[in-house]
Amino acid sequence: MPRMKQVYTWLERRLQLEGPVKDAVLHPVPRNTASWFYVFGSAAFTLLFLQIFTGILLALVYVPSAGEAWTSLNVLNHQIPLGWYVRALHGWGSNFMVAIVLIHMAQVFLFGAYKFPRELTWILGVFLLLMTLGMAFTGQVLRFDQDAYWGLGIGASIMSRVPWIGGGLVHLLLGGPIIAGATLSRFFALHVFVIPGSMLLFAGLHVWMVLKLGVNEWPMPGRIVRRETYVEEYNQLAHHDGIPFVPGAFWKDLVFSGAVIAAVGVCALVFGPYGPTGVPDPSIIQTVPKPDFFFLWIYTVLSYLPPDMETPFILIAPIVGIAILLAIPFYASEGEKSWHRRPVAVLAVSTLAVCWGVLTSLGTSTPWSPHMSAWSSDPLPVEKLRTATPLVRQGAAVFQAKQCRNCHAIGGSGGERGPALDDVATRMTMDQMRFKVVTGGGNMPAYGKNLSPVEIEALVSFLETLHPANEPPAFNPAGQQAFDTSQAPSGTAGRANSPASRSTEP
Amino acid sequence: MSHEEQMTQVTDAPITDLSKQASGGEDPHIVSRRWLLLKAGVALNGIVGLALAVPIVRYLFAPWKKDASYDSWVSLGQAEAFPVGETRLAFYKNPFQRSWDGATDNVACYVRRLGTQEFQVFAINCAHLGCPVRWFPQSQLFMCPCHGGVYYSDGSRASGPPERGLFTYGWKLVSGELQIDAGQMPTLSNQAKLVNIKLGDGDSPCRG
Repeated sequence: MPRMKQVYTWLERRLQLEGPVKDAVLHPVPRNTASWFYVFGSAAFTLLFLQIFTGILLALVYVPSAGEAWTSLNVLNHQIPLGWYVRALHGWGSNFMVAIVLIHMAQVFLFGAYKFPRELTWILGVFLLLMTLGMAFTGQVLRFDQDAYWGLGIGASIMSRVPWIGGGLVHLLLGGPIIAGATLSRFFALHVFVIPGSMLLFAGLHVWMVLKLGVNEWPMPGRIVRRETYVEEYNQLAHHDGIPFVPGAFWKDLVFSGAVIAAVGVCALVFGPYGPTGVPDPSIIQTVPKPDFFFLWIYTVLSYLPPDMETPFILIAPIVGIAILLAIPFYASEGEKSWHRRPVAVLAVSTLAVCWGVLTSLGTSTPWSPHMSAWSSDPLPVEKLRTATPLVRQGAAVFQAKQCRNCHAIGGSGGERGPALDDVATRMTMDQMRFKVVTGGGNMPAYGKNLSPVEIEALVSFLETLHPANEPPAFNPAGQQAFDTSQAPSGTAGRANSPASRSTEP
Repeated sequence: MSHEEQMTQVTDAPITDLSKQASGGEDPHIVSRRWLLLKAGVALNGIVGLALAVPIVRYLFAPWKKDASYDSWVSLGQAEAFPVGETRLAFYKNPFQRSWDGATDNVACYVRRLGTQEFQVFAINCAHLGCPVRWFPQSQLFMCPCHGGVYYSDGSRASGPPERGLFTYGWKLVSGELQIDAGQMPTLSNQAKLVNIKLGDGDSPCRG
């Protein structure tokens, strides 16, 4: 033991770290900040180091070359003992990090922590959020597979929309005219050197300011922040109703960080690593690219924006969003901190959370994407055709063969781009269906030139049979009676289709 | 406690100038020799930094070139390989390549042969956000798997989020060989100015 003491003294004489460390460790914090609400920042910091550590482990094997990256990922997954687990830790660590950073941000916002004198802490935090998202995106690129390839294509297409310099920006982003070797190399440099380096610097300053300025006190309704008096009030609080940071508050940080790392470890073990999906060969076009979880909401937004709003929105909305985040501490550097007295803040956070949740869940199911193989893989339900006439069966064949099924579901399978057609006959008359098929409109292509009159007639006859047994098809009361009777489909609809029976059963 | 000064220094009052502190309360109008030398040192580093910045910026912006310097005529093989009246997937090696590009140089495109001497060559990339569109000969449509853009057989927009029809390559026939003017990823920045944007002007008989 005395020997250990000697070594410690020898080191401390030279390093002289004891003083500053003691200051940091023992500095008083307001008693009620020793709360489970105050653990997210330290957890994000811990995850940053988990990511750096697992990232270095992956870099021991990963080859940042467009020709070899995909192969080296598969070697990691399948040949290096537990390589798959390190990849899974890094991938799940990334998910947890984005999630915890977002929660941390919502918490400090609702607790008014961005107000005087912590404005700069918030601003650095905004940049840390952007860098975290930047790491998530560049990380997806380094997982150089089909999703990464086409995700880069989406990035380049967005860049290309910048007026005047769009083309040059695309070249800069890709490192050349197409997604190729140079692209992966520059994303490697960003993911491994540029962004993590800046993140360490920014996170260091962020924590430094938390230590120097003191952690945000628990907001009380009616305790107003004023520039002239705040510092004195805070010091009163920290000294008269305060506890040393260690161990009073720090033990919760430690427990939560440990739990988060454990959760990452368990998720990695249970769910395994992400991909890589198919080989990044752009000549393989049978692919359905999809972004990672935390970018799904953008994927949804991009598919629902009206075409003419898209470019302005893509280019302006992010700038406005970031500007608002950066402006918040200057707009509201004084005043109420408590969420009880800040309805707009609460409403803003909850609205954003709900929107994000809805957009993400839509992004998971992608109802706007045609199901590329539905026409050849999803069979029509047999009961729809059991009593069908030859013409109706021909129509069903046209329906499948012309890829209608890629966008329209029947019997619960098929695309969701267009409406499901299980009861289309109750919504549209045969004439309306004929018109819609021929001219398209809304979000439907026009099939007028791609279908012969015979095919159209067969298709519409088939569609006319798609209605519940107890609900007759729609009809035009002003239509020609003779035409309707001759065209009334037989089968499940039966005689209920005749104009006579329709008029008696409204 | 050693933490009494916690936060006391946080005011928005200006912080005293470092040079005044260091000069030990000398007359501020007198420029001391060592401060002059320090400024000279800063200036020297500034000049060296600027001199280095020029080549570094040039290096960083090396990929930023005019479109024409990336593009060249690439062969898609003999024109006979493409039957008249049909649309076929074709492949070429991107002319601008490095040995470590791997499979990323393999670019796909669609060749539509209208007549013996007439072609249309479409980019694989959706005009919306660049995903690979797929050709369905049965319904004569191109469909995009990402956000649901659909195009007619002539490349014009049918439905979905794209603002325009499919991107096209310039083509020519050289002694029976189909060549296209290719080399970079087709995006709105290098294609929008070449093609008239026609919204919703498809194969529909009702739209003329």
